[in-house]
Order: sequence, then C-alpha cells, then structure tokens
Amino acid sequence: MITLNVNGETHRVDVPPDMPLLWVLRDVVGLNGTKFGCGIAQCGACTVHLDGKPVRSCILPVASVGARAVTTVEAVGQSPSGKKIQEAWLALEVVQCGYCQSGQVMSAAALLARNPNPSDADIDAAMAGNICRCGTYSRIRAAIKQASQA
Amino acid sequence: MKRWGLWFLGLVAVIVVAAAAFFFLPHRLDAVASPGPAAGPDLIARGEYVAQAADCAACHSVPGGKPFAGGLPFTLGFGTIYAPNITPDKETGIGTWSDAEFVRAMRHGVGKAGEDLYPAFPYAAYALMSDEDILAVKAYLSSLTPVRAQAPANDLKFPFNQRYLMRAWKLLFLPGERMTPDPSHPPEWNRGAYLVEALGHCGECHTPRNALFALDQERKFAGAEAAGWKAYNISSDKQTGIGDWTDRQLTDYLSKGHAEGRGSASGSMAEVVDHSLRHLTPEDIRAMVAYLRTVPPQTSDLAAAINPNPPAAKAPSPYAPPPDENTRETVGLKLFQGACASCHGWNGEGLQHSHAGLAGSQSVNDPKGTNALNVILHGARMDTPDGEVFMPGFAAGYTDVEIAAVTNYVLGHFGGKQAAVSPADVAAARR
Amino acid sequence: MDKPTYARVDGATLSPSTRRRFLQGGALLIAFAAMGRRKAWAAGEEPSLRMLGAGDADKDGAAFQGFAPGGFIRIGRDNSITLIVPSVEMGQGIYTGEAMLIAEELEVGLDQVQVVPAPPNEELYQQPLLKSQSTGGSTSIRGAWVPLRQAGAAARQMLIGAAAAQWGVDPAECAAQRAIITHRPTGRTATYGEVVDGASRLPVPKDPPLKDPRDFKLIGRSVRRVETPSKVNGTAVFGIDVQVPGMKVATVTACPVFGGKVASVDDRAARAVPGVRDVVRIDNAVAVVGDHFWAARKGLEALDITWDYGPNAGTSSNGIWADLKARSETGQPVQARRDGDVDGAMKAASKRVEAVYQLPFLAHATMEPINTTVHVRPDACEIWVGTQVPTAAQGLAAKEAGLPVEKVILHNHLLGGGFGRRLEADSIGQAVAIAKQVDYPVKIIWTREEDIRRDIFRPAYYDRIAAGLGPDGLPTVWTDRVTGGSVMGHYFPGGLEQGKLDDDAVEGAKETPYRFPAVQVDWVRADPPVPITWWRGVGPTHNVFVVESFMDELAHAAGKDPVDYRRALLQHNPRSLAVLNLAVEKAGWGNPLPGGSGRGVSLHDSFGSHVAVVIEAAVDPAGLIGLKRIVAAIDCGLAINPDSVKAQLEGGILFGLSAALYSGITFAGGRVEQSNFHDYRNLRINETPPIEVHVVQSAEGPGGVGETGTVSAAPALGNAIFAATGKRLRSLPFRREELRSQGSGRDVLSKGPAGREPADNDLTRLARTGE
Ligand code: FES
Ligand code: FES
Repeated sequence: MITLNVNGETHRVDVPPDMPLLWVLRDVVGLNGTKFGCGIAQCGACTVHLDGKPVRSCILPVASVGARAVTTVEAVGQSPSGKKIQEAWLALEVVQCGYCQSGQVMSAAALLARNPNPSDADIDAAMAGNICRCGTYSRIRAAIKQASQA
Repeated sequence: MKRWGLWFLGLVAVIVVAAAAFFFLPHRLDAVASPGPAAGPDLIARGEYVAQAADCAACHSVPGGKPFAGGLPFTLGFGTIYAPNITPDKETGIGTWSDAEFVRAMRHGVGKAGEDLYPAFPYAAYALMSDEDILAVKAYLSSLTPVRAQAPANDLKFPFNQRYLMRAWKLLFLPGERMTPDPSHPPEWNRGAYLVEALGHCGECHTPRNALFALDQERKFAGAEAAGWKAYNISSDKQTGIGDWTDRQLTDYLSKGHAEGRGSASGSMAEVVDHSLRHLTPEDIRAMVAYLRTVPPQTSDLAAAINPNPPAAKAPSPYAPPPDENTRETVGLKLFQGACASCHGWNGEGLQHSHAGLAGSQSVNDPKGTNALNVILHGARMDTPDGEVFMPGFAAGYTDVEIAAVTNYVLGHFGGKQAAVSPADVAAARR
Repeated sequence: MDKPTYARVDGATLSPSTRRRFLQGGALLIAFAAMGRRKAWAAGEEPSLRMLGAGDADKDGAAFQGFAPGGFIRIGRDNSITLIVPSVEMGQGIYTGEAMLIAEELEVGLDQVQVVPAPPNEELYQQPLLKSQSTGGSTSIRGAWVPLRQAGAAARQMLIGAAAAQWGVDPAECAAQRAIITHRPTGRTATYGEVVDGASRLPVPKDPPLKDPRDFKLIGRSVRRVETPSKVNGTAVFGIDVQVPGMKVATVTACPVFGGKVASVDDRAARAVPGVRDVVRIDNAVAVVGDHFWAARKGLEALDITWDYGPNAGTSSNGIWADLKARSETGQPVQARRDGDVDGAMKAASKRVEAVYQLPFLAHATMEPINTTVHVRPDACEIWVGTQVPTAAQGLAAKEAGLPVEKVILHNHLLGGGFGRRLEADSIGQAVAIAKQVDYPVKIIWTREEDIRRDIFRPAYYDRIAAGLGPDGLPTVWTDRVTGGSVMGHYFPGGLEQGKLDDDAVEGAKETPYRFPAVQVDWVRADPPVPITWWRGVGPTHNVFVVESFMDELAHAAGKDPVDYRRALLQHNPRSLAVLNLAVEKAGWGNPLPGGSGRGVSLHDSFGSHVAVVIEAAVDPAGLIGLKRIVAAIDCGLAINPDSVKAQLEGGILFGLSAALYSGITFAGGRVEQSNFHDYRNLRINETPPIEVHVVQSAEGPGGVGETGTVSAAPALGNAIFAATGKRLRSLPFRREELRSQGSGRDVLSKGPAGREPADNDLTRLARTGE
C-alpha cells in the first residue's frame, strides 16, 4: 500500500512501486485530467505538480512521491497562479483539441508561481518541454503574459 | 662458410619446427576434478551468481534477444567477431562440451575443437578463476533452456583470421596460474581482488592497452577508450580517478549505477550494472570497493577533472536556469530546454529519477564529451530497484550540428567545460 | 415516410460552380425534414450529454419529452436547449461553429445551450460533401452552412407558430430572441420551453426563410468556444478518459512489419506480471489486459512473440524511392488535365525549367494516442471512442463482432487531434477483435510507439514538374506529373480501379490559382507496400509544396520577384490576388533583411478558401533554420467565428512546419524506424515565431479552413530558405545538413567564455570546419 496526497485528499493505493504516477492517477485514483502523450518525458502532457513543482508523471515512480503533495489539473485552479492561467487560457482561446492543455496549464501555472513576471525567454524555457500538435504556442505565450499582468 | 650456412639452415629448421609445434600442435586437455560442492540446485545457484559477477550475459546476448544465445558483434579495427551461443543447445551452443573443455576455454582460451579463441573473450581474466567457480558456471548454463541460434561466422581480415597467432599472444599475456589470496591483505580485500580482476574483468575496459592489444598493467585502471566509449580512470587518483569518492558513492555507483554527485553509469558500464553488479551481495560490493581503494593512483587527462562549481550550480532550482543563461539565444540551450530539461533539471539534480542527475558526473566533465555524446545519440537504460530508467537516443531526430550544440551546452552547463564537440565528431559517433 | 435528411446534395463537389449552386440552396438541396419524436434514436443511441463533462445525463435523453424537430435541436419543457452538432470536435472549433449556425437562426445564445456531438446515424447526420457521417477535408462548415441554419430557422418558425396559436395572434407579429418569443403589439412573452408541446405538433416547414446576413448576431463574430472550459480544468472526456464500470485496461503490439502475423506467443512471463489479467491474441497482434495500463504494458514487454513477417520483411525506404522514381519515368500515367498545345508550347519555349520533388511518408502523431474502449456482450457491442467516422466505425465493429449494426452502440468523444488518423477505424476493429475474447469492458490504449509505428501513413510522392517560359519569362506551358499511392484506393471499400484518376492525388496540382496557356497534369499510380491514408491538408498539402516551390523557381529563372511573378499570373483570380497582396503588405515584403535571412511566400486556393502565407526565416552557416515571423492572409468567405479561423491558421501552419522541418517516416526491414517524439520530432514553443493572421472580410459563402495553413507552410518556408541561402531544397523534410556552408573535417576549439558552450558563431565555425 502506498499513501498519496492528491489534490488535498489522501489515497491509499495498492500498486507496484515502479508504477508511474500518471497511471496511478488515471487508472487507480480515477483522475483523468492528466494525459498520456509519450511515456518518455518528451511531451509534457502528463505534467503534475509535486509540492508545486512541475514533474512528468509518466516516468515518476509512484513510490518516490512520498509525502509530497500531488496537484493535478483538476485542482490547480485553487492556486492563485493556476486560476490566473486558466482564466487567461479561456480569455485568449488558447485551446484547440485540448489534449495537451492539461500539461500546458500545469507547466504554465508552475512557471507563474515561481516567476510572476516571466519574459518571453523565460516562457519559452519553461514551456519548451510541452508539445502541442495543434500548434497553440503563440497563444500560450500570450496567455502567460496576460496572466502575469492579471 | 659452408658450416655456418648449414648451422644457419639447421637453426631455421629448428625454429620452423618449434614454431610449427608451438602454433599448430593440438592443445592439451587437462583432466579436471569434479566440482567441490555436489551438483544440484546449490551449484546452479552459485553458478548463476558467478556468471552474473563475470557478466557473461553482456557479451553472449544481443539486446532484446534470448539471454546467452550469442550473436553480439564486436567490431574491431580489423573485422568483426561474434559472441557464440552458450546455451546448452547441442548443435549451436555448448550442449556437448565436457567439463574439461569448458575449463580449458575459460582458462586457456581454447575452443571445443581445440581452436584458439580471440581475447575479446576475456580469458586472461577468467584464467584467474577457481575451477569450482568455472564449473559452477557451466552447471548453471547447462540448466538453461537450450536455444537454437547459430552465431554468425567471424569476419576478420588476414592475418587476424589466423587463430593460431593467438598462441603467441597468450604466451605473452595469459597468466600462468589462478589467483591465490595475498596474506598481507584481509579476506575482504582478497575477495574484492578476485571479483574485480578475475570475475569482473574491470581492466578489460578500464586499463589502457599496449600495441599488442594487451592490458598495460603498468597503467592499471588509468582509463581507456573502447568501441567509442570511455571507461574512466578508476584508480585511486584523487583528481581524475575515484580517490575522492566516498565509500557510499562507490557502493551506490556499483550497485545502483548512480551515485549522488557523481552521475550515472551509461553505455557499457550501465550494462555491467544491469547484468552484473546490481545482483551482487552488499558484502561483495564492499569487497570490491576495498580492493579498488588500493589500486595505485594513475593520473589521466587533467582537463577532465570534475568541476565542482559549474554554471548549473547557479541554477536556482531544477526548474529554472540561472537567470543570465536564459537571455542567451543559443541552439544548445534551446534544444536542452525542449528535450532535456524536464528530466535532467537545470541544477543537475535529476527530476523524476535521481539517475537523471548529471552533477559531478565524469561524462559531463570530459571536455571531449565522448560518453555524453554517445548517450545523447544512442540513449541509455538501466533497471533499478525503482523500475527501469531510460533515456531515448536522439540520433534520428537531430542533425549533427544540433547534437554537437546540445552536447557542448551540457558539458558547459553541467561540467563547466569549454567543450568543442564538432559536427564531424557527431557524425563519427553515429556509427 | 418522413425521411430525415441532414442534407442530400447530389453531385456536390468542391468545385466552385457546384458550391455556388449548393450555397444558393435550390432544387438540389433537400433541407432537413421532420422526424417523429424519439424515432430516430434507437436505444442507447441518444447523443451522450456526458461528452462535455456535463455529468451522466443520458437518462434525461431516454425520457426526453420536449421538442425535437429533426436531428439537431432538442428543447425541453424546462427550456433546456440542446444542439446536436453533426461534426466531431478535434480542435478545429466545430462544435462552436456548427452550434453558431443553428443558434443564429434559432435565436438563442450560445450561453443558453448545451452542445453535444451526434450519435452515429447516417440518415440524420450524413455530411453532404463527404456523403457520409464523417468529419474531414475541411468540409464541415461548407456542408453545414445551409442545412443547419435551416434547422434552426424551421424550429424557430414552429416555436413562434405555437406561441402565436396559443395567443391567437398572427405569427408575423411575433419575434424571438434569446429563447423568448415576444408578441410585439402586446409585449406578451413565452419561453421556448413553454411552447414545446404545441411546436411539436406543427409540421416542419420545408423551406424556412433564412436571416439576412446583415442581421446576424452570432455568425461573423468571434465567440468563446463552447467546450474550452472543460479542456482547461481537466473535466473534458476524450476517448482515452472514458471510465466504464468493471473496465480493464489493455495495450497491444501488432506485427512490426505490415502484413505480418503472429506465429506463436509465449505468454508465461507476461501472465506472471502482477495485475495482468489476460493475454489476447488476434491474427496480427497480441494484447495484454491488466488492472491498469502499467500492468498491461509490463505484461506486453514480457511477452515472447514469434512473428511471421510475411512478404514485406524486406521493405525499405530506399526500395520504395527507387520504385517511385522508376514508375514516374516509365509508368503509365493517368491524365488529370490537358489544356492547350502542351508539346508545341514546350518546343517553342524560350526557356525550359524542370525539377524533381520528393515528399516523405508521414505519421499523424495525434497528441492523444490511439485508443478504444469496448464492451462486447453476447447481444450487443458498446464502444467509447473519438472517431472522425462514427458510422464507418460502427459498421466495422459490427462485422468484427458478428452482430447486426444496430446492436453496436458507439459513443463518440472529444478527439485529442484527428489530422486524418481518426478517419480510419482500423484500431476500432482491432479493439473489438480483442474485446470479444474477454467478458468485461476493456480500454485498449496504444503506446506512442505503437501509435507511430502502426499509423496509416500519408503517402510518399515523387513528382516531376516542368515549365516552358515565354520571352516575358512567364510560363507558356506547365506540366506536373505526380507519382504516389492512391489514398482513395486505400480508403474506399472496393478500392479504386487501375487506370482511374484519384482526385486526391492531384488536388492542388490540377487546379492552381494561376492561369497557364497550356497545362498537363497527370498521375502515376504507385501503391506502396505500407498502408496509406489522409493527412491534414490532404491532396493540396503535397501538391502545393511542389507547385509553389516551383513557382519560385520559375520566378528566379525569369529574374523576377516571386510576388510580382505570381501577380502576373493571377489577373483572373481577384480573391487570390487580394490575399497575396494583403499578406505581402503586412509582412513588409521587399523591406531589407539581415544577411542570411529571407522571406518566402506561398499561395493556394484549397477547400474553397484562398490563403497566402509569408514566412521569414534565417539560415546560419551551420545549417540551422530560425523561424522569425509568419504572416498569413485568408479569404475563406464569410468567417463564422473569425477567432477560430485565426487559430486554425496558426495551428495549421505550425503543424505543417513541424512536418517540413522534422517529419518523415522511413522503413528498414519492413519496419518503421521512428517511434516517439524523440525521433519523430515536433516543433516546440521556443522555435515558434510570432504569427499574425489577417482574415479578409468577405460576403462569399464560407470555405474550409482547418487544413489551409498546413498546406501553406512547407512551400513558404522552402522559398524563404531559398531567399536566405540561394539553395533550393526539393525534398521534405528539409535536409538541413545541406544548408551547411562547407563540409567537415577539422575540429575547431571553441573560444567561448569559460564554462560555456560555444556561442552560435563558434558553432558555425565548428560546422564550417576547414575555413
Ligand atoms: S506523457 Fe509524460 S511527458 Fe509525454
Ligand atoms: S491543443 Fe491539441 S495538442 Fe495542444
């Protein structure tokens, strides 16, 4: 049994220790907002926060999460930066198919929490690990800017 | 004059005959005692452990293939040889080998038919093994399911395809006897020496070779390069070897393939950890450390000494680059942002998995970037107690210029090195 | 029988004349017609209200008692309004666009409605241009433009009629706004919900008058998309997110060689993996079912499968290219077009230019990997998936399950990208074949590796193009021979007869925006030994790259500016000329650029729209391509939701640039050599330049948009590279190595600041070595 703190709730899960957090969230805890895109840390679709820091849950063994708080896209709106990001995302109509956007929102919220006033270069550095096949990048950049001014 | 001529002719004849005898007389097959412990599960289990310690699987398997079924190519300057099938298949494996033949192969480098084997098979190290251990390995191999798989025929240029020439090599370099404990050292040290020198055959990679491809024991463990990878200095030198590593770091590196502040094993060393070292008992690992500590220091490339204060040390966290770095628009930085940062982190600590930690690793401190380049191109993988860790290889998606740029960035950022890996280096390393 | 018809437009094609007829309505168009309440939905077929994360509301559908005048609108007594949109949402904003068409005429606000996707039902939801219930080819808005507005207008007329009857007044004195009907003389009002019973009893009007576009409140305005909130808070349910009680999760590996089969499987180790439930074998694949994906994946890795690789084990990219070249040169072409005296003009030309272009196989790599959830019961098969072709999928599933089609219930979901991949139902058939061997619902998820290796690919093309120039440098004759596989032949049941033209193969080549005195376009069919299908931009994506790159080559040969050169050939085509002029003006065409930089333009008329794109790029001597700025101009007729048009252009261009720079599927030993985003690379945000899109105000009927940007990308970039370097790259993805200034040889040490990697100029020297 592994104990996890996800979005403020405690879950006890009976899973292999090497199981990536992504699949624990999706297939065991039942939170499907976090997406599977590549499984090799190249796309960012699976990004969640551990104590507020962005990590790729597709390669994060669940046993290594420990007591750290897991936040997923379902709850990121409860943090000030997450809320600002989500609002900016809607205001600028960033989203297309939306599949990458959970990860984009999580990466962007973590950036904003750490750096309330990111430059274009900061945004590119923090967001370059998140692939969007639909090509929403220029709106992502604009939305983070807008959120930083909100 | 005539007499001298006759004398000379005679001498030549004697030499020719002696040489012919040396090169072509069939090898003897010594009788071997039956193994110490009785045959059975215990022997097989012991054999499995010894086979792991001797890392047989690494060479006698192809990645993704059946273990011990052979076929792995060794590309040498003068051709390619293939590791044979050592499963107990009667036709393509070692199913019909006698104990004596097996011992002769391990100790003298002689095949079943009496042919001389190439020293890519590290019999110079295995010659130090005890008969008991050798026969335990055989018992283990015999317990495996036979796999029918014919290894490809070797493809070597003349004169290297003349196997008898190996006899001269053996005469020069094959140790005459097995290892005996050195009473001036404690048993732990002796066990370590046996594991490092005989089973682990560490020197095969870590000791430089002389002109005849034999290990230069004068420069033991000073580091060497083989098959495009560097095996770093593991002598007790403080600057360029492992003299400065803590016991904990050495133990971790050997048993897990990663040590905090020292990076992770990659390439062949990752395979060694994967197939061999991580299966060893903690006592055996400690014994290896005890022995390695006593290997006399050898200095190697000073430029490759670990930089304790690279730019990565200035990164505020794994999640953000040092502020000044972000404003610079370089290709290497951009590529790192996209494909690398989310695992390795900006401060070298490694994000999802500590194995992705690059801080302090020899690979990123080697200004030639040999191993870093290899890993970036071809990837890495290892099994750990927390599951598999891996990095994909980026060779196919990125140009030589891009790979060079990101390698140089990594060496600069994590090793503080002014690296100059060129696109031509990348092209060469693509293989 | 009152046959409900979304739209039947006979002979409707994309040709401008037919489109005009179609847009005028008229005899060819039978607008939607009445259908009895509830009749059209077989049990379990109701549009699922869960799609948008609105909760488990289907029970409401089953008991629905309100007003449902056809397939698209349901209004409950409680004034709840549901719009059922026929096309699937895969990022293009179509839920919103189609809902706007209905809502505009129905006189409701988008904030008052719930939008749900249509269930599979060919009769109700057949798309008039594709003649099936499909979403693709940038046809949705064009197909829906008239019928969906008519559906809204008819419903409004019935609701008003019911209110007027109730009040005993003349319907002409009543008007509706935001779902409230007002009797203007008295000010009396009724909500739609209050009159649904009366409205349900009225006949559905055949030809309801449509609003004058000047009165549009929604259409033509940028509105917020309806499904977006669910996509930023994690509640959106894509196919991969479906949870069904008792469900297990599986992953699958098919034979790495196309056409190969499973010879034998040793699954002992796989079954020993904790959490593994079953190992299921089908003809050409093996699946492992587990309690969760991780168990399934571990199990899959532990399988020991022996494959029978079949006849394609020797397939290689080199072989395919050699075959394409040989067939291009000696094969029997199918003529697509021949106008004027082609041979004579070629002889008489004062200059002849010719070139060969090569385009690779491409994977779709939708962000959401392929997945399907299936529950096969003895008497029915239930499927949860995101597909562009719900009815085709249903049919295939029925065949695979051995059930009549009405026993297959398919719930369609949001698609995490389509790009043409989800026009194929192969994975759904496979999922049913697996699921029918177990007695619980199973969600089958392909790994990314499987998704790329078992994709169905955009074909590779080998194109030979030539032109003869007159004394003024303008082309007097133009010939274009396309050689490649037939997508139509693969896609349509029964295939395409040999010797017949595949229109897709020459779309964008046969008709260009330009006028030439003599033209010949033909196609040599060369079906590759791997499966092929549609890819975003379909025919035009590959042909426009060739046409527009070559157009630049001709301008260069004639010593003319590429924009002026095009203008001279566009005098008959004012819409294209206008977008070209707009794009180059906004891009500052002709303004000086730093050395090593260049601007490239591309222009095309595709999908009923006209698009010009200017890309500014810098190429450094190391062969690195930097994208600096992108300017696009589109005339897509009336833009329903202009912000969505912009978004589609932005995204479409980046999708095309990813492919132009990085994508190409190659084969060796019958296997795909790429597998995931590290070797099937995608453009990232830090490579993305600013993009601006200018949408031309137009009163013309709407054109397609979703694929237009992708079509523009590669030729505009190729032309920019030429402008920057003088090097013409004629194959995709662009071989950036060829842009390096010099060969290699000597290693040059960097002189960067201590502790730094070489700066770019050092890198440039490294790349140039020898200087
Ligand atoms: S799924 Fe984790 S980074 Fe792609
Ligand atoms: S919105 Fe579709 S992948 Fe990003």
